[in-house]
Amino acid sequence: MALEKIIKVTGRGVSVPGDDIDTDRIIPARFMKCVTFDGLGEYVFHDVRKDEEGNLRDHPLNEERYAGASILISGNNFGCGSSREHAPQAIYRAGFRAVIAEGFAEIFFGNSTQLGIPCVCASSDDISKLKSAVEADPQVELSINIEDKVILCGEVSIPCEIREGARSALVNGKWDPIQDLLDGASDVDEVVSGLAYMAVKYGIYICAN
Amino acid sequence: MGKSLFEKVWEAHSVRELPNGQTQLLIGTHLIHEVTSPQAFGMLLELGLPVRFPERTFATVDHIVPTNEMQEPYSDPLAQDMIVELRKNCAENNVTFFDTDTGKQGVIHIVGPEQGITQPGTTIACGDSHTSTHGAFGAIAFGIGTSQVRDVFATQTMALNKLKVRRINVDGQLAPGVYAKDVILHIIRTLGVNGGTGFAYEYAGEVFDSFSMEERMTVCNMSIEGGARVGYVNPDETTFEYLKGRPYAPKSADWDAAVERWKSFASDADCEYDDEVNIRAEDIGPTVTWGINPGQGVFIDQNIPSIEEGATASERASIEEALEHMKLDGGTPIKGVNVDVAFLGSCTNGRLSDLQEVAKYIQGHKVNPSVKAICVPGSQVVATIAMELGLDKIFTEAGFEWRGAGCSMCLAMNPDKLVGDQLCASSSNRNFKGRQGSVTGRTILMSPLMVAAAAITGKVSDAREVFEILEPAAV
Ligand code: SF4
Repeated sequence: MALEKIIKVTGRGVSVPGDDIDTDRIIPARFMKCVTFDGLGEYVFHDVRKDEEGNLRDHPLNEERYAGASILISGNNFGCGSSREHAPQAIYRAGFRAVIAEGFAEIFFGNSTQLGIPCVCASSDDISKLKSAVEADPQVELSINIEDKVILCGEVSIPCEIREGARSALVNGKWDPIQDLLDGASDVDEVVSGLAYMAVKYGIYICAN
Repeated sequence: MGKSLFEKVWEAHSVRELPNGQTQLLIGTHLIHEVTSPQAFGMLLELGLPVRFPERTFATVDHIVPTNEMQEPYSDPLAQDMIVELRKNCAENNVTFFDTDTGKQGVIHIVGPEQGITQPGTTIACGDSHTSTHGAFGAIAFGIGTSQVRDVFATQTMALNKLKVRRINVDGQLAPGVYAKDVILHIIRTLGVNGGTGFAYEYAGEVFDSFSMEERMTVCNMSIEGGARVGYVNPDETTFEYLKGRPYAPKSADWDAAVERWKSFASDADCEYDDEVNIRAEDIGPTVTWGINPGQGVFIDQNIPSIEEGATASERASIEEALEHMKLDGGTPIKGVNVDVAFLGSCTNGRLSDLQEVAKYIQGHKVNPSVKAICVPGSQVVATIAMELGLDKIFTEAGFEWRGAGCSMCLAMNPDKLVGDQLCASSSNRNFKGRQGSVTGRTILMSPLMVAAAAITGKVSDAREVFEILEPAAV
């Protein structure tokens, strides 16, 4: 199962400003009543984009000039809250391929990496710069070089950070660990045999109840 | 040098280092529910793989079950689809399912402990961020995404980066009317909603030593609200006492061996932590949130912060956004704010002791006619025992609706929802915009007794005044 090596993500950006954007905001719970992830893209940031009557609110994600943007720009602690993978799934299915923020909540970061969505951190000043550049010219091309940890915004180059494990996983096409985990099966058996609570006899108690 | 519980459990469950530098960690117990598992079962099918350890996988249904409608098919066809799907997946994969007809169904983080599945020195994963709850037993418990649920199904392991450990000592004695919920809201307010990123929180000190298991669970439950994916308390006699005799706890000779093993996992006295924080119990008062994240809290006798109080431009923007959503004025008291709904329940505070504590005080009181108050036991087991004790009558006589077990109004995936900009005094764990089902709905987090006080007065109130709980000095 060869995965794509995600070394560089290039595209236009759109900013969803604010700190602590939680996963309830990225995908409200009521849209999680589903048994597949298909179709989630339509509801990304639903309640931020639409009011209770379904009318479009004044929000960058609704602006025609940002249509087709594939890189999200946001503030600190992006993706906090629930562990729902529905959040990065919705972001991906809405056409986004990377997120630049000041910081990320842990579970969201891991979920996104595992889906091949790079989440890179930039300083608050640099985020403001990116935001202004994108607002001034929504057509400006952003290019995130994950290998070298640099964002190019037009001619301007900005440093970014990404945890080393995630960086190497992305650039080496190892962001979905399932094959590696399967490969460790015999080691798993060994660890299991050393843990009393994993022993089958506990299974008997389970059956007894 | 000694080791922390986190390190010991991590080492005992480490399978190997993965090519990308992460650790392949064995997950001893896998808990699943209807929202985050169906896609993972689908992925498994696509890969043509079975569930590797079905006997270590346990399921229940909680988020979508209506708490006022016991009969299937449910009126919401999507909810019905989800329960049917879980039933089918569990049957096909030999996974134990605490279904609605077993008397054991409930919020997954309440079911695991009360069945004795949650045990010290183990690793636990669940596709739900409040999995940190199980850390109350000295387990290392991770909230995970759906692809990781797939990983655990297929391999009983997942790829993880090792966390650092921050010990949080809370010493001293909590004043009457101050609860575990206040402790964790205070910790989050002090360390910030992302203060715990990259850390496991080890909760310790006199307050935790004297806490019951249910109180420890309340605190560990909200670790994630402080950015810490994992929170735990070292196992002790209180832990063992709680587990003894539970359906899935080891029995007879195995019990003694298990207790010895469990004790060996507790952090060594001489271990070093990556960080340590000390908090005085006496500094903690009944805490309520005023904003749109769980770190935006104040003591009940304090004022709502004003925009100018923000130290940085981004803090000021956060306060402004929160005040606007909450329709509150900065610089005014939080006490006295009108409440429309009172919600008692959730995996934070829907346990028996929560209901018992409230029942102790609400007799003779009536819910304010302007408030809709619901009491939702966290599990069928909680509901059954509560009803045997007559708590349901106490609640209904006071004017609370008594419901069936489930997540209910903690989030908007079942019929219990806020309407319009209703303000809810809630014993749950998240006050995010839209969390309780209405885009403009407002949530104030607080302890169960504070929820009861708000239900009775129709306003955010100090439970110590409403129920005449005296300070020890005044007794
Ligand atoms: S009670 Fe609330 S926080 Fe707990 S599992 Fe249910 S929805 Fe999640």
